[in-house]
Amino acid sequence: MSISKNNLILYIGILTFGIAAPFLFPAFKVQLSILCVLIVLATTWNIQGGEMGYNSFGNILFYGLGMYLCASVQVGMFFPLAEWTESGGEKTFVHTPTQFFQGMAFGLLVAAFVPAIVAGLIGYSILGLRGHYFAICTLGLGVAAGEISGGIEIIGAGQGFTTPPFPDVGSLDSRGEFFYFLSFFVLVLTFITVRGIYSTRFKLILNAIRDNEDKAEAMGIETMKYKIVGWMISAFFCGLAGGIMGGLVGYIDSTDVAFDGREMGVFMVLMAILGGKGTLWGPIIGATVFHIFKEGFWTFFLGWQYVALGVLIVVIVIYFPEGIMGWLREKYPERFGEVVDEKDRKAQVELK
Amino acid sequence: MDFMVFQYPMISVQACLDGVLLGILFALIAYGMALQWGVMNIINIAQGDLVILGGYIAYFMYLYGIHPAWGVIVAPVVMYFVGIAIYKLVINKVVDRDLFISILATFGISILFMQLMNFAFGADVVLANSDYGTTMLFNNNVVLPNSKIFSAFISILFAVCLVIYMKKSKLGRAIRATAQNARAAKILGVDTEKVYAATFGINAALCGVAGALISITFTIHPYMGLPYTIRSFMIVIVAGLGNLPGVAMSGMGLGVFEEFADYILGTEFRIGSVFLLLVLILVYRRFKLSRKREYLK
Repeated sequence: MSISKNNLILYIGILTFGIAAPFLFPAFKVQLSILCVLIVLATTWNIQGGEMGYNSFGNILFYGLGMYLCASVQVGMFFPLAEWTESGGEKTFVHTPTQFFQGMAFGLLVAAFVPAIVAGLIGYSILGLRGHYFAICTLGLGVAAGEISGGIEIIGAGQGFTTPPFPDVGSLDSRGEFFYFLSFFVLVLTFITVRGIYSTRFKLILNAIRDNEDKAEAMGIETMKYKIVGWMISAFFCGLAGGIMGGLVGYIDSTDVAFDGREMGVFMVLMAILGGKGTLWGPIIGATVFHIFKEGFWTFFLGWQYVALGVLIVVIVIYFPEGIMGWLREKYPERFGEVVDEKDRKAQVELK
Repeated sequence: MDFMVFQYPMISVQACLDGVLLGILFALIAYGMALQWGVMNIINIAQGDLVILGGYIAYFMYLYGIHPAWGVIVAPVVMYFVGIAIYKLVINKVVDRDLFISILATFGISILFMQLMNFAFGADVVLANSDYGTTMLFNNNVVLPNSKIFSAFISILFAVCLVIYMKKSKLGRAIRATAQNARAAKILGVDTEKVYAATFGINAALCGVAGALISITFTIHPYMGLPYTIRSFMIVIVAGLGNLPGVAMSGMGLGVFEEFADYILGTEFRIGSVFLLLVLILVYRRFKLSRKREYLK
């Protein structure tokens, strides 16, 4: 992985901004943390949807799984889980700061690895499906997980699960800062991993699967292995993002927060498409633009947000399927390292 | 887990009959889905929301004092034009694009409809009461609401009418020709654009009928659309495109499965079990197909 001088300056600039952001905009700490989580989700969705051509609606499964696992481990390490959910959370049991951070650390580890293992286990069956069968199957998986977890008593069933409240460690701002830096750290980790992947042969194989899977198989690539590994990487980071989000929101509901296919599950697809799927920066730009738009709309047009979301999906999908990066690429092909043959282009324009 | 259903045979009979009557309704919705899938190669996630919208039309007639059964005639007419409008606004731009685009676009329509219905009709679970009474069978051990029998009868009637229409009429022939080969149909003078619009309209009308029947027999709620989409998708992939007896059979099978899941697992897992069944069917299908592919190699 080589980094050019310009890129290095860019990365350092973004990193500095990322570290300074909560102090520059102290009122927006929670929003910035959510933005980090959204970027992680969009970037990992892009590994399937963009690079591999497997349009998944089911990554929400890993997100929700991570959320429940992280909170359950955090509680279950120190207190009986069933009594916690029975009493509706913090009323009877209080985490000390050490317990809270220990629980969070172990919870996040579990929330990352278990979804990845689950992805590996179901991957062989699910990833054998092609095209729209895959899309609908993963949609079904996400909804089924939501419905089933809503019926399990030990994680709160229909009444929800309150995650441990942030312990009192002195200043009031520390909760926002803790969750911001945690999510920013996961974002950086995701970016480094994904960028690392994209500069190896692995990415080329994923692209080969997208372009023509049968041909890739005929060339001697064990496509199934690569598809499963790609999905496991996504699941790993989705689970982490879910674990953080559970702590940030403070309350887990099976269909409205964790396995929220109608919101988060669509958001990650939409953000990646808005930014331009199949690119490194596309999902990041898409998530940022989408989050700003969403927050503006959600605040000013309260109640109409889903109407706006529906219209937005239709408009983006129909009129803007290439996304922001695709549009830039068409406009400035030279910047993307594409050589444009002027003669050829003119000839094509005349043909039109 | 509750296995009472196996200890008292009458409960099994009840579940089977309920399931069959319910399944006929599912088959009607699935028929619409198979139609548009076969003709336009589109999977419409908003199918269930069209059903619910049809249900609300019947419910509104009920609120204004008209018997909701007339909704069976009014809802398809209204929904036909709703379908045409959706086609003109959105679907005609995604018809010849890749399937994921159409899935996502109709997902957007689904979210939009859900929320608009929520604004217009409120988030309550509603039911249009038809006052049809009940039928008792087997020494009063099995109770069947007459509205369910009525709805199954109407569904069969509509399905038979549609099949005859598809076989005999000019538009039906054009639709079948387009489904076989859109390009060839175009060359031979079929206005495929019109055929697509009509197909989508007919599909929406079928959803309207089914919705009106559901509002009489069961309950409707703005957010209940997605399960109907998934059920019809499942029925279509089990039966295959253009296999009408298969659609009817697998619809009834799904209905019976759901009733038994309801009794055994409990009502809170009913929708979950439908979605899980979908995943299982798809996975089963994948292994069956992969065996076939290995033969070819």
